[in-house]
Amino acid sequence: MALARRRFDAVIVGAGGAGMRCSLQLARAGLSVAVLSKVFPTRSHTVAAQGGIGASLGNMTEDQWLWHMFDTVKGSDYLGDQDAIEFMCREAPSAVYELEHLGMPFDRNPDGTIYQRPFGGHSANFGEKPVPRACAAADRTGHALLHTLYQCNVAARTQFFVEYMAVDLVRDADGDCLGVVALEMETGTPVLLEGKVTVLATGGAGRIFAASTNAYINTGDGLGMVARAGLPLQDMEFWQFHPTGVAGAGVLITEGVRGEGGILLNSRGERFMERYAPTLKDLAPRDFVSRSMDQEIKEGRGCGPEADHVMLKLDHLGAETIMKRLPSIREIAIKFANVDPIREAIPVVPTIHYQMGGIPANFEGQVVAPANANPEAVVGGLYAIGECSCVSVHGANRLGTNSLLDLIVFGRSAGNHICAALQTPSSHKPMPRDAGEATLARLADLDARPQGERTQDVAAELRRVMQAHCGVFRTGTLLAEGVRKIAELAERAARVAIGDKSRIFNTARIEAIELSNLVATAQATIESAQARTESRGAHARDDFPQRDDANWIKHTLWYAGGPEPQYKPVHLKPLSVPTFEPKKRTF
Amino acid sequence: MSATSPVSGPSPSVVGGTVRFRIYRYDPERDRKPRMQDLEVRLHPHDKMLLDALMRIKADVDDSLSFRRSCREGVCGSDAMNINGRNGLACITNLRGLRQPIELRPLPGLPIVRDLIVDMTDFFQQYHSIKPYLINNSAPPERERLQSPQQRDELDGLYECILCACCSTSCPSFWWNPDKFVGPAGLLQAYRFLADSRDEAGAERLDNLMDPYRLFRCHTIMNCVDVCPKGLNPTRAIGKIKEMMVRREI
Repeated sequence: MALARRRFDAVIVGAGGAGMRCSLQLARAGLSVAVLSKVFPTRSHTVAAQGGIGASLGNMTEDQWLWHMFDTVKGSDYLGDQDAIEFMCREAPSAVYELEHLGMPFDRNPDGTIYQRPFGGHSANFGEKPVPRACAAADRTGHALLHTLYQCNVAARTQFFVEYMAVDLVRDADGDCLGVVALEMETGTPVLLEGKVTVLATGGAGRIFAASTNAYINTGDGLGMVARAGLPLQDMEFWQFHPTGVAGAGVLITEGVRGEGGILLNSRGERFMERYAPTLKDLAPRDFVSRSMDQEIKEGRGCGPEADHVMLKLDHLGAETIMKRLPSIREIAIKFANVDPIREAIPVVPTIHYQMGGIPANFEGQVVAPANANPEAVVGGLYAIGECSCVSVHGANRLGTNSLLDLIVFGRSAGNHICAALQTPSSHKPMPRDAGEATLARLADLDARPQGERTQDVAAELRRVMQAHCGVFRTGTLLAEGVRKIAELAERAARVAIGDKSRIFNTARIEAIELSNLVATAQATIESAQARTESRGAHARDDFPQRDDANWIKHTLWYAGGPEPQYKPVHLKPLSVPTFEPKKRTF
Repeated sequence: MSATSPVSGPSPSVVGGTVRFRIYRYDPERDRKPRMQDLEVRLHPHDKMLLDALMRIKADVDDSLSFRRSCREGVCGSDAMNINGRNGLACITNLRGLRQPIELRPLPGLPIVRDLIVDMTDFFQQYHSIKPYLINNSAPPERERLQSPQQRDELDGLYECILCACCSTSCPSFWWNPDKFVGPAGLLQAYRFLADSRDEAGAERLDNLMDPYRLFRCHTIMNCVDVCPKGLNPTRAIGKIKEMMVRREI
């Protein structure tokens, strides 16, 4: 079957905040750019971000990018690359001003400047006290950001391929990336999209866990594509549990609630975070608060008939603040928890939220992988930005508000790098003769399989195993058993069959393709977690409770089908300031 | 499964509860015309919303049922559909309040791609036609453009739109003229930019709507206000645009 081909300067996979910030840069520079998305752009998961975007504007109280950098390095539990973190925190104010100039409807202070609220782990003067750094549009910051970027891309005439599912990368014999094979969902037609550069902006994979704040679409598609292409995934053992998912439903309740003054209570009505984090209290970083909550529940001070959650109290903020600053939280609490937070506390549990690891990339967005004794050799023609990438600015634990920041800072820097790279005239590299054939064969296999297991049975089991074996607290025994179970599930996933073989908008086929990406992500996660015999950031091992700086200040590199994970050094040297040396984390 | 399940009865979200559906099905490759499919699905303990039941149907009963979904919390706008005769989002519609069999149809008035999936081209074209982006050709300051809290308040109830199309596809004027009438969703956004103190294209925006169809086909039927899952009020925004036009004339 001949594959239809389209050619562009740049092909971007994913139309969330990172993909659309990058495409805006390219479209404005006059490049031809195709943005593929399996959902209409404003349905991307960026839309669900609530609390704010971090930047040291200092609109409320004094702030400095260096303090932001310190908080991010410390928040990362010293696994973040300090050059990339310096880059992000320095760029943050200009990136946020730019969003404002693009039309983003930020909340305002009486003097007309952007409103900022405190957030977990963000402090003034190197940990002294909380600082309001989260630039907010009520509790809909992600929505405001994503719609603004879509609107500006409409103005810039970016070409969107809406409801196209990218399936595989195409690489040539040199290892350079020449584009992607994708399925047009409406017709079921595969198509080869060629680009001088390909940018992966496919978001996270939070759907590998049973209890997740993530959208259904977060299935790690870019990670699966990269793993199948023989490239590594970095630091996949680090997954953030957000302290406040609605118990039972998983839906996110922003940290901005605690930024506005909300507090966590156990069954005795104690504000327990005062014991764990005397300075930042409820605004300690997420890994810290999640573990503290779990400890309370473990020691029998959980709430509810099963004593399995804690309460988030905000009624003392008053109806006016709640309606003004947290209106969507109120809607969510009423709809998903049957409580009105103006009067009652919300039942919450730590819930999977964010993937710190991903496709290894430098701070200009270029994908890097070990080659010729260089642990970070650039992969030609391939970029990765946003949650699917690992730059690594979040290290072992991300600070709240740094995810939206990551999207726009690295979306922009990748865009700038691509513009510069494509300034010298160049033509598309020749396509290998067999480009796309392996993908077509895989799709044909799926269609030809007369019977087999149902996709969602395998996916549900995968989520259960990940939740049970790779959760907040991990042990060697649990992980070893989990690794074995996930390997079994990988075999089962290769044998799933779809009942629906039709072409037009066949979502059963899409879900089967997504399953292969979930499996790759889950394998990378649990195998990397088993190998890391220490506790750092979000990766907490009961059998290795201490952070081990002598042996483990290094990034994990996992390869599909590879024997053991490999490792590469952390960049401890920032661009212009002295290194922040690892210290014990107290808050 | 039993054909004698009660029409109303115990909450469907109890363990092992079943829910009965009547769902619009159409696959242009196989069906010469649309049909209604009757089916039942057994819920799991945490299934609470209509979308949970639809995901359960797709996983356990019939994987060929096609619908869009993403965030499952009412912010992405993917899973708008016609639920027992009324447009809404499946993910924030509680099963408990729904009469059974729950009748699901695609959003009315748009071409159907398959099952509950509609072709939203007309809807988005109308949205794009109002130039849904800030127009300000002055050189930006080094910091943010200033906007008072009162000026910012003008955008509340406007910018929150999730483009789900519940409103426009419940509007008879949009059904008759989807190519000419901007529709409530597009007009709400037109006013969002007219109301923004930072925007400099007010006159151009009003000119763009000065036409017998684009704005003036709104007959204040107010279906849009009635169905908006985010509680927004397009009719009010349309009234404000008309006011701005009148004020400009005098």
